[in-house]
Amino acid sequence: MAEFTLPKNSKVRQGKHFPARAGGAKVRRFKIYRWDPDTGENPRTDTYEVDLAACGPMVLDALIKIKNEIDPTLTFRRSCREGICGSCAMNIGGTNTLACTKAIEDVGGEVKIYPLPHMPVVKDLVPDLSRFYAQYASIRPWIRTQSSPPPDKERLQSPADRKQLDGLYECILCACCSTSCPSYWWNGDRYLGPAILLQAYRWIVDSRDEDTGARLDDLEDPFRLYRCHTIMNCTKTCPKGLNPAKAIAEIKKAMLARHSL
Amino acid sequence: MSEFRTELKQVRGLGSAHEGTHHWWMQRITAVALVPLSIWFVFFLEAIRGVDYLAVRYAIGQPMTAALMLAYVCAVLHHAYLGVQVVIEDYVHERVAEVGLLIATRLLFVLAALTATVSILRLVFLAADPQ
Repeated sequence: MAEFTLPKNSKVRQGKHFPARAGGAKVRRFKIYRWDPDTGENPRTDTYEVDLAACGPMVLDALIKIKNEIDPTLTFRRSCREGICGSCAMNIGGTNTLACTKAIEDVGGEVKIYPLPHMPVVKDLVPDLSRFYAQYASIRPWIRTQSSPPPDKERLQSPADRKQLDGLYECILCACCSTSCPSYWWNGDRYLGPAILLQAYRWIVDSRDEDTGARLDDLEDPFRLYRCHTIMNCTKTCPKGLNPAKAIAEIKKAMLARHSL
Repeated sequence: MSEFRTELKQVRGLGSAHEGTHHWWMQRITAVALVPLSIWFVFFLEAIRGVDYLAVRYAIGQPMTAALMLAYVCAVLHHAYLGVQVVIEDYVHERVAEVGLLIATRLLFVLAALTATVSILRLVFLAADPQ
């Protein structure tokens, strides 16, 4: 059955509290999920008080400040700090988003931070995304052609055809959408999920790609594609403002277009 | 990691089933059909309110009413079956239970559709020959 409760060894307990030094001007509480595979203990939530008067505006700034000044054991991924690498995707205030582009002041009350939902946890806020990356590899996300490229120039594309890729090429594969999708939670072993399907559609609509039929063949499956029940969490949560649900709908329309109705 | 199989091996699994579009399309078709049919059904229920039993039997036995009633019942059951099938596939992951439930629900829905069809046709024949 689908898992509706956490297994016993995953139940989250109350953790440590790190109060702010006295005299903080703008103290905010951050409640952060912690789990260390080496201790064998259950996960816990630690509470850190941070003085925002001496901290950058984004959630990632607070995380880095906590790691630097309060608790160096706190583990998370981050790299570009400008929403282009997708490393710091996590669940902040109940929504999957990028810590680097989420302003602390846009989160109400205590800032609760968890790893991306329903993924195996490596440590603290670091999820294991191996399957997600394998799913991306499975769609063979590169241009597939039979015709050889023109010898003297690149493969050309009309401005209108290039426009088809807008809203798709911006995807940074942060996995916020896929891990917000209940269908992906229950059937992530077979359902490709919104991020991978958006990427698949990016190649399906590319006017230069010649393997459209094979791409559709690979997706035409009750689980790989049709586990999407238009729940729309993906579109709601995408930190880049993209619309994976629409891309999936377009794939379904392409499926219909090659069948007799 | 498990059993020395790569993630890609597991993700590719048995490959694509090359189906699912028909299921998805039929779910849409039956949903669209149910919009006017449900409205008609509500109006029909309103029309037969307080009418005596024999008159209702006679009303349902009229060709147009019987056809609409058949269409309504079959669309409801078909749509409901497609939905229940998805719910089972979504949530039941023990293979034996999943296959058992899928077979059982399919047989139940077919039986329900047959029962409804025979009952409505019976009223059609009774109305045609009131003996």
